[in-house]
Amino acid sequence: MIYQVSSTAIMIFIAFVAMVLGLSFYFARKTQSASGYYAAGGQIHWAVNGIAFAGDYLSAASFLGICGMIAFFGYDGFLYSIGYLAGWVVALFLVAEPLKRLGKYTFADALDAKFNSRGIKLTAAISTLVVSIFYLIPQMVGAGAIVTPLLGLPHWIGVVMVGSIVILIVATAGMTSTTYVQFIKGGLLIVFSLIVVVMVLNKGIQRTPSADYHKSLVLAATLADGRVTAVADDSYQVLGQHAEGDLTFVKLAKAGIASWWKLNRGAQAPELEETLSVTVTRAGNTLYNGEAKEAGKFYQVGHVHKVIVDGKEIEETGPVGPFKYIKTLESSQIVRFTKKAFSFDGEKVTLFFQTITPGSDIMKPGLYYKLDKGSTLWSRLDFFSLMLALFLGTSALPHILIRYYTVPSQRAARKSTIVAIAAIGFFYILTLFLGTGAMINGGLDVGNSNMSAPLLAKTFGITLFSIISAIAFATILGTVSGLIVASSGAVAHDLMDKYMKIQMTEKAKVRAGRIAAVAVGIVAIILGILFEKQNVSFLVGLAFAIAASANLPAILMLLFWKRTTAKGIAAAIVVGMLTALVLILFSPTLYEIYGLPPAAAPFPLQNPGIISIPLGFLTLIVVSLLTKKRETTSIPEKAK
Amino acid sequence: MLHGPAVELGKDKSIEKKTRLGVVMFTIYMIVYAGFVLIGTFLPKALGVKFISGQNLAFLYGMGLIVLAGVMGLLYNFLCTRLEDRLNKEGHS
Repeated sequence: MIYQVSSTAIMIFIAFVAMVLGLSFYFARKTQSASGYYAAGGQIHWAVNGIAFAGDYLSAASFLGICGMIAFFGYDGFLYSIGYLAGWVVALFLVAEPLKRLGKYTFADALDAKFNSRGIKLTAAISTLVVSIFYLIPQMVGAGAIVTPLLGLPHWIGVVMVGSIVILIVATAGMTSTTYVQFIKGGLLIVFSLIVVVMVLNKGIQRTPSADYHKSLVLAATLADGRVTAVADDSYQVLGQHAEGDLTFVKLAKAGIASWWKLNRGAQAPELEETLSVTVTRAGNTLYNGEAKEAGKFYQVGHVHKVIVDGKEIEETGPVGPFKYIKTLESSQIVRFTKKAFSFDGEKVTLFFQTITPGSDIMKPGLYYKLDKGSTLWSRLDFFSLMLALFLGTSALPHILIRYYTVPSQRAARKSTIVAIAAIGFFYILTLFLGTGAMINGGLDVGNSNMSAPLLAKTFGITLFSIISAIAFATILGTVSGLIVASSGAVAHDLMDKYMKIQMTEKAKVRAGRIAAVAVGIVAIILGILFEKQNVSFLVGLAFAIAASANLPAILMLLFWKRTTAKGIAAAIVVGMLTALVLILFSPTLYEIYGLPPAAAPFPLQNPGIISIPLGFLTLIVVSLLTKKRETTSIPEKAK
Repeated sequence: MLHGPAVELGKDKSIEKKTRLGVVMFTIYMIVYAGFVLIGTFLPKALGVKFISGQNLAFLYGMGLIVLAGVMGLLYNFLCTRLEDRLNKEGHS
């Protein structure tokens, strides 16, 4: 859809970026040592670190991806909220304190504290890089997606902007500035999300979201031998029709402008219902509802079909509390938009038509991950695999793990994790209201699910939209900063300093980290541009699966199984990482991206965790048992 | 070389007890979480059944998992802090 650029939006955006950069330069003067660069000198207050954790974690995937997925698929998006938060329980109860005891600057340090093994240093550093880069791609893609409506700039400029600003932040100040940026952004994100949710509840549920909301037109149609020959309005001309399974779509034209309609063969008289369409013409032009993008005919949509309270249909509820809101949604009927793509007369047509969905189906899983109607054993295992990866992925994400080294003690590590759980948990509860709020209040751009939360804010005014969008952009800035610090630590500290044993002074170590940050940032910019069309949530799920498969078996077994060996850890990282990557490459989702039929994919699941995570554990156990005797005789235990 | 933590940490005599507590609390949460995942996988219809004040199981269980994480986190911190204060003061090993 086309977005109107406002000067308010631009001013708020510039103010945010200026604040973030100002903060960075201020802390840059204080960062002279490696400890300062990678771990903020280990002196961050636990409460600040806790909110910064939330800032790190509530990335583009959480704010843009989850809200968007809930807005399009209801409760299935909320599954991500549940799984992402549950992952913090693993971090708090099993990982936070021991990791703080073992590590110095990076996740590899903690794994290697006991063994001093070159194999661990190398594999942990590579795994950190791979997971961080996979996590970076969706953030950059999200940055591009949000800059387009906010500033009216093309996708690639958004990616380059985020990349450049973050490189500047990280290359100048490291973990201290990253922490404070995350703290401010995490706090603002939660406060403004709460404001939007309060406005959603105060507005209540109503059939017509706003006075200027575009309601789809309906025309009575005349059928002859199954074909539409005429419509009730003489100004429309019938150009043709296309069947897709049980569905029939009809192409009409009015004053030379073509549009697509869905044929409803009702019990009474057949009728045509207006759809939203994107057509790529034979000449290569893209038309939105038959016109150029600038005409603004690709409307922002999403509304309730019937508002039902206590069995009675009403026009609107008025202000409601959170429980009444959910209960009313569940008993009402909501209009969702279903996508269909086909070729017609040499043109590529993608259209989005209305699907009336019972609220009871929206408020339970099943619209995205098929569990009940139309489910198969594979679709159910896919759900299981996703929930497993989300549960085990959090405590294996390197950019989250390094935050444990920024606080002064184990107690502070624990307390900051609890602050993070409270802040993140509260935000995730809000996502259900943000997502469903967008779904029923005209907050959907059917072509881009990632924009649902900002577009919901837009329905309450351009200022709120600008602030929310600027926060979303800062969200991406902050997360990317944390990821780049983690990646630069893997290159400069784990690989150059520890693995290759390059002798460097403290200043040289910081310089190496900054150069590595610039290099990783450039790679992220390139990948962010290449992956423009990819789904943000899918890519983040990928990073979680790789992290849970490669890193978690190593972390947990090191902490809880005394017979773990260095070779076992290194082998588990390699096997877990490669298995997850290979299964993803041969999954139905990737086959669709390759342009091949998804059903032909050799691995039937979208989420590899159910295979790759147990395989990582199994590899560690087998290799450790096979190598135990030799290692205990040659390598003394250094630390517990 | 340089494999110690970023800051010097004092000796903590409560590590073993805290570790055991963490494992117990993790196991409890994991069982509750697994219950949700298994119901979704094998009894998906049950998630649509209405329970307290007309809210369905999916909403109550999902919200419950989020709230439970926070409550168990606070309880864990309270118990760990008490263990640290007691054992590190008394000089137990």
